Amino acid sequence: MSTNDALIHARGLTKRFGGLTAVDGIDFDVSKGEAFGFLGPNGAGKSSTMRMIGCVSPVGGGTLRVLGLDPAADGPAIRGRLGVVPQLDNLDNELTVRENVIIYGRYFGLARRDLRQRADELLEFVQLSERANDPVEPLSGGMKRRLTIARSLVNDPDVLLLDEPTTGLDPQARHVVWDRLFRLKQQGVTLVLTTHYMDEAEQLCDRLVVMDHGKIAEEGSPAGLIQRLSTREVVELRFPGDAPVVESSAFNGRVARVEVLPDRVLLYTDDGDALAPIAHELLGAQSVLVRRSTLEDVFLRLTGRTLVD
Amino acid sequence: MDGALRAYEHWVTSYRRLWRASIVSSVLNPVLYLTALGVGLGKLVNHGPHPLGVSYVAFVAPGVLAATGMQIATNESSFPVMAALRWTRTYYAMLASPLRVRDILIGHQLYFASRVAVAATIYLAALAAFGTLHSGYAIFALPVTVLVGAAFSAPVAAFSAWAPKDAYLSALLRFGIVPMFLFSGTFFPVTRLPPGVREIAYATPLWHGVDLARHLTLGTATWGMSLVHVAYLVAFAGAGLVIAERSYRKRLVL
Repeated sequence: MSTNDALIHARGLTKRFGGLTAVDGIDFDVSKGEAFGFLGPNGAGKSSTMRMIGCVSPVGGGTLRVLGLDPAADGPAIRGRLGVVPQLDNLDNELTVRENVIIYGRYFGLARRDLRQRADELLEFVQLSERANDPVEPLSGGMKRRLTIARSLVNDPDVLLLDEPTTGLDPQARHVVWDRLFRLKQQGVTLVLTTHYMDEAEQLCDRLVVMDHGKIAEEGSPAGLIQRLSTREVVELRFPGDAPVVESSAFNGRVARVEVLPDRVLLYTDDGDALAPIAHELLGAQSVLVRRSTLEDVFLRLTGRTLVD
Repeated sequence: MDGALRAYEHWVTSYRRLWRASIVSSVLNPVLYLTALGVGLGKLVNHGPHPLGVSYVAFVAPGVLAATGMQIATNESSFPVMAALRWTRTYYAMLASPLRVRDILIGHQLYFASRVAVAATIYLAALAAFGTLHSGYAIFALPVTVLVGAAFSAPVAAFSAWAPKDAYLSALLRFGIVPMFLFSGTFFPVTRLPPGVREIAYATPLWHGVDLARHLTLGTATWGMSLVHVAYLVAFAGAGLVIAERSYRKRLVL
């Protein structure tokens, strides 16, 4: 991909805070219409990267171009074409739902007259029309997040940045948010999101980078990463106490790789159903589960750690 | 400036939700003060020879006017600034738009100035009703009160953005603003203070505001002293803005 058609282009992008290197020379490109994700645990450098893309944090080193512009020179102009859904809600609690969208649109210099109609459309889109005249404070966490998404779309952004869009939401609320984001993706909105939920990354991202300790460990589509870095299936054995230490050689070539976690053993294989009874007999686990490989397994393979502790 | 006005619009819109309560207090406060100090305390003070040359209520009213400017400005630029940075995170919402740090700062300061201006207008009307305005120049006490407000709201916003925790703000109000309210010539001439303390009073921005407002309402202002007062207050506001922009930037732009 050439620099010219990438909406976001980073080479050797770096961010330091004192002695800590939060982002350590990463390269990536995001193209138009794509849903691009930064997957990694807390502290991996995802939010620092997002803040640099959002032009609210100066680039510490390397090159960054957003919409073809330099954040250092054109921060306000770039921000005018971005939508931002921050990790921490910053809604105006004393205003109504509709007023929140309107006043936010005013920051972008949009006319009040146009904003009234725009607010109604956006609230319709995030399914908050019935709450339009209610104050924000009593809304549920999921509704507040949807309102934040509506607000971030007020300027019809070229790129929507979402920092941990469903962290702190209950499963049902997460699915509603995902559904809306999926709809945006279908409409051709470019999404850039950070998440430490592998299911979120699998659901939403066309392409993602796995981040750990400020570096990009791998890059690809969710399915491609799983195919490349894991087996088709996983046999997961649970133990009441410490899991036994096992080597893949104990399974006569049926197991490609073994991960031993504090209470679990994961056996990576292409045929889980065939392996499960053998493994159960050999190790005497409390429970045995056969499942498909996920990004969690990819992450484990890359970093030796789980995503969510 | 356009950006600052858009940030200002946010604060005015929010204010519309609670203006009733604040209008009541800005009408009620001066009336209570003037009644208690002028009519009550003044009865005692006005006995005997007139050391002030005017009735006590005429003396104290412009002092309370300037001090009110200080108080509203300080209240608005302390906890609300910390809240916009830490609790409601309103400044971060603004920064995700084309608004710049400077717009965010100036927009909020314009709002503080408006709050002071509204209260000062009501107050001046009350003073007129109490018959304490002795000169047409009294109208200039209005911009002077707004300037007093800026001389406080800018440095206090700088302090509140920098302050590591909210206890610092309570301390500022308790050990900075309250003593200034009492000893900067609001209720009695600072010449009554012992030497040493008197000089401290002269150095406070409030004293400059009180003295100027008083000379304007009593019709005794001179150009020289008035310009000194204005320059002193402008310097406080200007230095406050420069420092505030730095401390805002430190918090908002990591």
